[in-house]
Amino acid sequence: MTPQINPFIIFFASIITSNMVLSNFLGMCSFISVSNEFKTASGLGKAVTLVMVFTTVINYVVYQYIVLPLGLEYLRYVVFIIVIAASVQIIELAMDRFLPELHIKLGIFLPLITVNCAILGISLFMVIRNYNFWQSLLFGLGSGLGWWLAISTLAAIREKTGKSKIPQGLVGPGLTFIIIGLMALAFMGFSGIFVIQ
Amino acid sequence: MKEILVTILSITGISTVLAVLIIIAEKFLNNYGECEIDINDGEKKLVVEGGSSLLSSLASNKIFIPSACGGKATCGLCKVKVLDGAGPLLPTEEPYLSQEERKEGVRLSCQVKIKKNLRVYIPEELFNIREYISTVTEIKDMTHDIKEFRFEFKDGEDIKFKAGQYMQIETKPYAKVREKATRAYSVSSVPSDNKAVELIIRRVPGGLCTTYMHDYVKVGDEVRMTGPYGDFYMRDDSDDYVFMAGGSGLAPIKSLVMDIMERNLDKKMIFIFGAVSKKDLYYTDFFREVEKKNRNFRYVPALSRPEPEDNWEGETGLVTEVLKKYVEGGKGKHAYLCGSPGMINACVNVLVDSEFDKKNIYYDKFS
Repeated sequence: MTPQINPFIIFFASIITSNMVLSNFLGMCSFISVSNEFKTASGLGKAVTLVMVFTTVINYVVYQYIVLPLGLEYLRYVVFIIVIAASVQIIELAMDRFLPELHIKLGIFLPLITVNCAILGISLFMVIRNYNFWQSLLFGLGSGLGWWLAISTLAAIREKTGKSKIPQGLVGPGLTFIIIGLMALAFMGFSGIFVIQ
Repeated sequence: MKEILVTILSITGISTVLAVLIIIAEKFLNNYGECEIDINDGEKKLVVEGGSSLLSSLASNKIFIPSACGGKATCGLCKVKVLDGAGPLLPTEEPYLSQEERKEGVRLSCQVKIKKNLRVYIPEELFNIREYISTVTEIKDMTHDIKEFRFEFKDGEDIKFKAGQYMQIETKPYAKVREKATRAYSVSSVPSDNKAVELIIRRVPGGLCTTYMHDYVKVGDEVRMTGPYGDFYMRDDSDDYVFMAGGSGLAPIKSLVMDIMERNLDKKMIFIFGAVSKKDLYYTDFFREVEKKNRNFRYVPALSRPEPEDNWEGETGLVTEVLKKYVEGGKGKHAYLCGSPGMINACVNVLVDSEFDKKNIYYDKFS
């Protein structure tokens, strides 16, 4: 369907105009709950990016070389989810070993990446849009970086608003949703340059 | 048929490959090798397999750190000074550590995972703590919800403890409860009776360990325990003592009073025991007997809500009021309090108002 799109266009579009969280509303739950503090948010962003790239590549290979040849397309959700769960498990082990501080800070949200819908979303979009290997890889990487950029920006803004006086009724989720809305508008401002659907 | 087979085989195949990958990662990443724990600047050195908690690694080397919750970071008792190698402070530990403790490197040993060589400081008295296998030789009903158990140690082992300290009992899985639980109970017997300990246990509705002890443990059963623990014990440097307890808090006080009597110490003592009504009083005859034998000892039971049929003529009302009435001028006196946290906090305030020195007020909060 779209094999002719330049992988780099997919890469940039998935960071900005087709941002997973700001235009597709995927991966909202950790996006909101882990964005209190810039450092932690950025850490989760890195972890999500890593998982996205990792799982997109593995899922691409598994889908193209096992699922498709055997005619098991109807099993793709199960397969994708097992692959994602295993990748998160391995990343968690690695993080506990090498980045213990971040591991503690992320707490339950690291294992919850397993059911982060943005991550399953990437693998499913990759199949629906018939991306080839390079397109998939850059789509995964771009979406990860986009999610990282979005959550870091939100956390930085929330750190600022946390220190300022805001109307009582807006404290907490209220203001956060308004900020997210404005951020989505800003990201969409680039839609004249590149967009993928 | 073929389709079913292919489906099952491919899902199994993919899962197997991933499982193998995880196992390899686990072997490689979660393997911290052998780590050395240096205790008290080289006094003792342990070599343990990394990856598990400091509390459990020390316990498997027969060093028992007090812990009432069994390693769930809910009791805050298993504090140990870790001088080196503990890693960052975890959010689970923060509520239990004061700023000073944090500066000194105090950690909850159940939350410290051993990943490299550690240097720790463990107070000398904790080395006294051992594991005992005991047999229940007597169970006495004290009140409608309190029982006293006597545990005799196997193979004639003896224990060295100070009056007022406590033991930790480990329950076995029972009924629908599958996991083991560890709970702390004060010793009510005297240190000279060193082949056994007696514990007073009050039934807590729905309590894991108290239900086990009240409903499942019979005479002749084997019970595993560790101890002695705690710094609620007799300091001899006063001539005037105020003891105060509620409910099963009577246990350590009984031990303290008996210990003082046995050692023939010439001390003035008053014991105020708070209960709801007459049916919650126990060991009354025992303390009356002590009163007769020792003119320096006074026993004051106080009921907060006596029943009409109790025909109660003794002290009535809140235990703090009774305390106020009997305690005058706290200078040089020592106070030992044992019971619920609410009762203790209120009583400490009363004592401080009566000029007790805060450092001479010792307490053991039962919660």
